[in-house]
Amino acid sequence: MKLPIFDFMAKRKVAGVCSIALVLVSIASLTLNGLNFGLDFTGGTLVEVGFPEPVDPERVRSQLDEAGFLNGVVQHFGSDREVLVRMPPQATGDPAALGDRILSTIQAKVPDAAMRQSNFVGPVVGEELAESAGLAILTALAVVMLYILFRFTKQFSVGAVGALAHDVTLVLGLFSIFQWTFDLAVVAAVLAVVGYSLNDTIVVSDRIRENFRTVRRGTSIDIINKSLNQTLGRTLVTSMTTLLVLLALLLAGGEGIRGFAAALTIGVVIGTYSSIYIAANILVLMNISREDLLPPEKENAKESYP
Amino acid sequence: MIGASLLGLPEAKRRAPNTSSLGRYLFVLAVVLIGALYATPNLFQPDPALQVKPEDPDRPLHPRLLDTVRNALEEAGIAVAAAEAKEGSVFLRLGREEDQLRGRELVMRAVSRLEDHYIVALTRLSTTPTWLQDLGAKPMSLGLDLSGGVHLLLQVDMDKFIGDRMRAMQETARDALVDARIRYVGRNWVDGTRVLIPFRDVAGRDQAAELLAAQFQGFELSNIDEGDQPALQFSMLEEHLRQMEDAAISQNLQSLRNRVNELGVSEPLVQRLGRERIVLDLPGIQDSAEAKRIINKFANLEFRLVAMPGDRSSLTEVYDYEGSPVTLLRKNIVTGDQVTSANQDYDPETSQPQVSIGLDSDGGRRMNEATRDNVGRSMAIIFIEQKPRARTRVVDGEEVVERYSEEERRLISVATIQSALGYNFRITGLELGEARDLALLLRAGALAAPMYIVEERTVGASLGEENIERGRLSVIVGFILVMLFMVFHYRGFGLAADLALTANLMLLMAVMSILGATLTLPGIAGIVLTVGMAVDANVLIFSRIREELKERPPQQAIQAGFDRAVLTILDANITTFFVAIILFSIGSGPVKGFAVTLAVGIVTSVFTAVMGTRSLVNLIYGGRKLEALRI
Repeated sequence: MKLPIFDFMAKRKVAGVCSIALVLVSIASLTLNGLNFGLDFTGGTLVEVGFPEPVDPERVRSQLDEAGFLNGVVQHFGSDREVLVRMPPQATGDPAALGDRILSTIQAKVPDAAMRQSNFVGPVVGEELAESAGLAILTALAVVMLYILFRFTKQFSVGAVGALAHDVTLVLGLFSIFQWTFDLAVVAAVLAVVGYSLNDTIVVSDRIRENFRTVRRGTSIDIINKSLNQTLGRTLVTSMTTLLVLLALLLAGGEGIRGFAAALTIGVVIGTYSSIYIAANILVLMNISREDLLPPEKENAKESYP
Repeated sequence: MIGASLLGLPEAKRRAPNTSSLGRYLFVLAVVLIGALYATPNLFQPDPALQVKPEDPDRPLHPRLLDTVRNALEEAGIAVAAAEAKEGSVFLRLGREEDQLRGRELVMRAVSRLEDHYIVALTRLSTTPTWLQDLGAKPMSLGLDLSGGVHLLLQVDMDKFIGDRMRAMQETARDALVDARIRYVGRNWVDGTRVLIPFRDVAGRDQAAELLAAQFQGFELSNIDEGDQPALQFSMLEEHLRQMEDAAISQNLQSLRNRVNELGVSEPLVQRLGRERIVLDLPGIQDSAEAKRIINKFANLEFRLVAMPGDRSSLTEVYDYEGSPVTLLRKNIVTGDQVTSANQDYDPETSQPQVSIGLDSDGGRRMNEATRDNVGRSMAIIFIEQKPRARTRVVDGEEVVERYSEEERRLISVATIQSALGYNFRITGLELGEARDLALLLRAGALAAPMYIVEERTVGASLGEENIERGRLSVIVGFILVMLFMVFHYRGFGLAADLALTANLMLLMAVMSILGATLTLPGIAGIVLTVGMAVDANVLIFSRIREELKERPPQQAIQAGFDRAVLTILDANITTFFVAIILFSIGSGPVKGFAVTLAVGIVTSVFTAVMGTRSLVNLIYGGRKLEALRI
């Protein structure tokens, strides 16, 4: 595979402006619309019911209304024979038994309707799950920053975390703009995006560091450009294979895993972009120079090759 | 990690370029073979099966049990693939999945005709060949989202539990003060974990301090003067509070295990989580409503004497019995905790349902002491139930639903003591359902503290099977797509990468199986993602070799490509590994399952790329004179 040499860094200002604009749009949407939190975080009851033949969600809803359940949402899930009922906590009765009551109400009309899944999350648990998810994302960013600071320099550390924060914000932003359901599985996907994007960023950073040490000619921008071009082939191949498996998950994985696969697919695309434009851009902004990367004598001896 | 390339140098100088020592080839081969061995059990689908075990685990199996149940199934046209008795149970392998539920009904009916009581549970039996099992190889266990079943998170109502204990201590203290003729003031002395008893005079207080010291072990004693009133304060020490909580949780766990056992769950998980919570996983359970009803039922019994006209009013309380008031002594003779056996059967004279009860030695002795001097007097049985309730409250302008448990005490029987009672007696006057539940609950043991469900995740069997099918399909499709892409893109090296990828997937399964990790749907997603990302290490190596080829002859390019890529691979994967560890330690549920596969996948893919691909490439290209290299 022969790739032409791209002058990535020539477009860095345009890319920078685009990224900042996208991040601002995401933050605006997150502030104004917020996320469409799933059951895991809001608490409440969710029942998936399988019917022997296609069913109209409206009819199920009116049936539940008649039985006195308030503010329920009923929609198709996967196929037109499966229906998902989401119900906030009701004022009376044991909240943990709400799912059973919904199911028996439906079965009173359609005896062959079968429970496929039934989830109940108490409000306190929902809050705890949200807290631990947020904590996980922040801790991950902090640990990554420390490790890169230790292995590279502060410019790389800021660059990598900047790229990760950029990716996380954009993925969350898209979930907010399109109001896709945001649940625990999506949090796992966001953290996988952090892992993936990080992997990408480090591979690029590693090459930039190496070239700063070995290439004697050219400006910082030239060296970064050279490094980006050298790693481009690998970046594209890896993104390609990862997107291939995500495609498999989207097509074959079923409804339960769709949010997860969608978040990852978006994240992989954004993560590939960010390791080129965000991480490298921050390096330039922070005036990375050859002197920052000249290793002390001892380490130099260790890392020389035949 | 830097040392790795250093070690490679002298070896490379001694040998022909890109050959490995025999030891290294053998090591890689051994790891891959062992991996294959331990991954194999996952290919064997477990058989649907039924387990029949005696209610009392110490009882031997009925000699005709095996034949009885097998015949019952075969007569109904259900094929039994194998039946055997081992480890105190009878196991029946069934040919078909759909026979399991109907088979259970049939077996339950068949064993009810035998004298002993048996529990029939749905289970799955491994089809892994015995020689593999002997090596300790076993398949990954399936999470509830794949096997179907009920997951419950229960919150223990500690406030209620501690409150009850404190009030009981207050009553005992009051009895002691009355007996010692010490004059106290008021009746409600409990405030949270403190008991504050005001006295008429200082002498009384000092006397009481001495008297009560033994009863309030684990409390801090202090003298407090409220106005001019001398008072004694007992504050529970934090350590003692923890001990009480621990004891309550262990008793709840024990009783939950017994109840789950009665429900017929073959491999339940019952575990404490944090300070006040219990996790309960019941694989295979279909009727979650029934399971929840039995599991969370808090019921107990108290046996008390009916008060005589001369009894002090502070020692008695009034209950309603069939519309008329009955005055009982506050003191219990025995409680449900002392019951060792309880069976629901029928009164031979009236044919009404009844519960036959046996007491432990202490309970039997106390029952005997209390009844032998009181023949002709009446004894009452109080049935106590905790019912989960919810109420809406407005907090900070928002309506919140609050959970609490409400205690319902009901006098179920008042009977004249005909003769001194001992270890065995019976309770009548119950409805059939009540009698059956009461017997089950007494047998399983009472819960020490009431609980309520704060999280439930139930997956039906059909969705579980669908999830397995979808997961399997995603892995296969993703795997094939990546393999094709690699061969198409890298030719011969792609083939090496594909072999490494296959080894990687196998090792991932093997490590997960050996660790006893549970496979969940997000876990499968993690495997699929690992397949996509694992080739990255190979891609890094190959693209580096390509670059080096521009400046060096092929053998040197291969050498340099590997050596330089290894550092990058380690840096990139160590950081991602950190992320996986964080995911695992902080995340819950789906996040955890995903984190496990991600972490294991990172380790195996670094191994297969750095050790496996290297060995393969060396084997193919090493030691030869290469003019050109297509990559």
